Amino acid sequence: MKTQKLKYDGTFEGLLTAIFTVYEERLSSAHIIEERFFEPDFFSELIMVFTDENKASRVWEGLKDFQQFRTSVYRSFLSELPDKEVHILDAIQYVLKTKSDKDYGHPSVLKLAQITKQIGREKHRMEAFVRFKRTKDDIYAAIIEPDFNILPLIVKHFKNRYADQQFVIYDKSRSYGIFYDLNTVQFVELDFDDTVLKEALHDEEMHYDEMWQDYFISTGIKSRINKKLHLRHVPKRYWKYLNEKNPL
Amino acid sequence: MNFERIREKLNILADAAKYDVSCSSSGSNRKNTTKGLGDSSGIGICHSYTEDGRCISLLKILLTNHCIFDCAYCVSRKSNDIKRAGFKIQEVVDLTINFYRRNYIEGLFLSSGIFSSPDYTMERLIAVAKKLRLEENFNGYIHLKSIPGCSDELMREAGLYADRLSINIEIPTVSGLKLLAPEKDHKDFIKPMEKVKNEIIQYQADKKLIKNTPVYAPAGQSTQMIVGATGESDKDIMYSAVHYYSTYKMKRVYYSGYVPVLQDERLPALGTEVPMLRENRLYQTDWLLRFYGFDVRELLNNQHPNLDVDIDPKLSWALRNMHLFPVDVNKADKRMLARIPGLGMLSVNKILNARKYRKLNWENLKAIGIAMNRAKYFIVCDSKDWERKDLEPAHMKSMILQSSQSKYQKMYNKQLRLFN
Ligand code: SF4
Repeated sequence: MKTQKLKYDGTFEGLLTAIFTVYEERLSSAHIIEERFFEPDFFSELIMVFTDENKASRVWEGLKDFQQFRTSVYRSFLSELPDKEVHILDAIQYVLKTKSDKDYGHPSVLKLAQITKQIGREKHRMEAFVRFKRTKDDIYAAIIEPDFNILPLIVKHFKNRYADQQFVIYDKSRSYGIFYDLNTVQFVELDFDDTVLKEALHDEEMHYDEMWQDYFISTGIKSRINKKLHLRHVPKRYWKYLNEKNPL
Repeated sequence: MNFERIREKLNILADAAKYDVSCSSSGSNRKNTTKGLGDSSGIGICHSYTEDGRCISLLKILLTNHCIFDCAYCVSRKSNDIKRAGFKIQEVVDLTINFYRRNYIEGLFLSSGIFSSPDYTMERLIAVAKKLRLEENFNGYIHLKSIPGCSDELMREAGLYADRLSINIEIPTVSGLKLLAPEKDHKDFIKPMEKVKNEIIQYQADKKLIKNTPVYAPAGQSTQMIVGATGESDKDIMYSAVHYYSTYKMKRVYYSGYVPVLQDERLPALGTEVPMLRENRLYQTDWLLRFYGFDVRELLNNQHPNLDVDIDPKLSWALRNMHLFPVDVNKADKRMLARIPGLGMLSVNKILNARKYRKLNWENLKAIGIAMNRAKYFIVCDSKDWERKDLEPAHMKSMILQSSQSKYQKMYNKQLRLFN
């Protein structure tokens, strides 16, 4: 039997629409693939998916009794792992069939839980490792390069915490950012990098930057040094934007 | 602002504050409801880690390191010849706000040497917290150190602005305190603790009746003990810890391996290794008491006044109680699952969840991510083979040690050699 390849636009709604299609057309060996990774072949049938809010929300509604699992589906989607759709579809089918969403004996349910954990860790790390720099216009700006697409997940945290300051967090690897203007948070495309930021800095920035580095050094205890432990907590790939590791 | 001068003070006063190991910024519930700055309603975040691997979550500084006392174990003691400095109240406020706005920290941990009198010192600490809350609308975390011997009135006020209050008992035994801090009275430590405890109880009672009772120290109180300065046993330390947890409703007791900072014949010599492994074992024990349902007398008693160095306290307990094993993971209750060496609470919950769906065998356990290298000797499941067979405790211990590379192995080899 031929596999059916469902090509969708890479949005979350698109993915849910594709899943809707699988159910609607009772496809038995469906393979959902994002547009940009799609490669045609002779052995499978191509189905184009047109994102449809209505269909997407019906799938979402169908999962409403499994709140934790829903979070898991969304977070796995944000992971950008190449075969995430395979696991998401498989897990949703299993959960809807068995009405249980916590059976980690099932490989895809387990896989989603694992991805969710990974992405949760990355979210938490970004909440910790974002370093704002104050600009002349009194906007606090930060650049990040996270492994996963976690900006949508950290909006709430930063908005709550910095309710009285304007801020931008820019994901350089994905070329978009979030901007808070004291009222709402918007997703924005920006022409932004380290050089642009450096030129826009407020005069006092250098002093706080230095004091934070000083603080980082003086709060360590030399006779207890443990580089391995340090690296496990602060992996090298994050150092670039941590000013205690990488001064102005 | 004179940044050069502030920077100099920061270096001195952060350096002097670092021996206080508490870094927690959790447990508060201060929400940002006023569109102000900061929120401490979630779990605390470590924004960085020191090179010794400890969490950096708060700006931890002394208001001043001038002190009228001369406690032997303390760098700031009067007779020590070091650089002294003192912050102005506004300077601490500005530093805190500016670090917080840059997402460096969760808040402030402010302590101080005692200058002129305990009350005078405590008043200044409170003034910083009050300014942050009332003038800056700051909802980040504030941990204030209670100054031994200060008045009840001030302790009451402190709790209105701070999330957490702590007073470090430092020396676990009264005799040790007499030896190392002869000017200090054990009672001076206890009084503020007692007051904070009573205020918290009072607050919780009032809150039930009057909705907008002002919040009092929502993250509770904590204390710290120095380990390895006075020859105390692990039993001494943990029994005092249990006392502080139960009598004063402590949220946390911290254990800090003594770092030799001064030459004094009453103390371990300079260059003595910091007892980090011992400290780690004490934390493991603390954990077992708070989350795993152990009673301190099971882990430490007159037959076992000290924890084993080479194995963790749960494994050590299990080897002394082999008659309770093996445990059947498909049947045992939560309390007993929690007592299996090598299993954390996370694993216990995974097992409880997974066994609802099927009887678990070795493969199932592995699939849900249970680490088996230790646990396998202590459990049976839905498979016929069982690892332990009839091993003697001593034999089991050596097998477990062979298969597990402790991150501290280098250290205890060294320590053991010392005794040879
Ligand atoms: S009173 Fe506090 S600061 Fe002063 S010497 Fe004793 S421990 Fe150190």
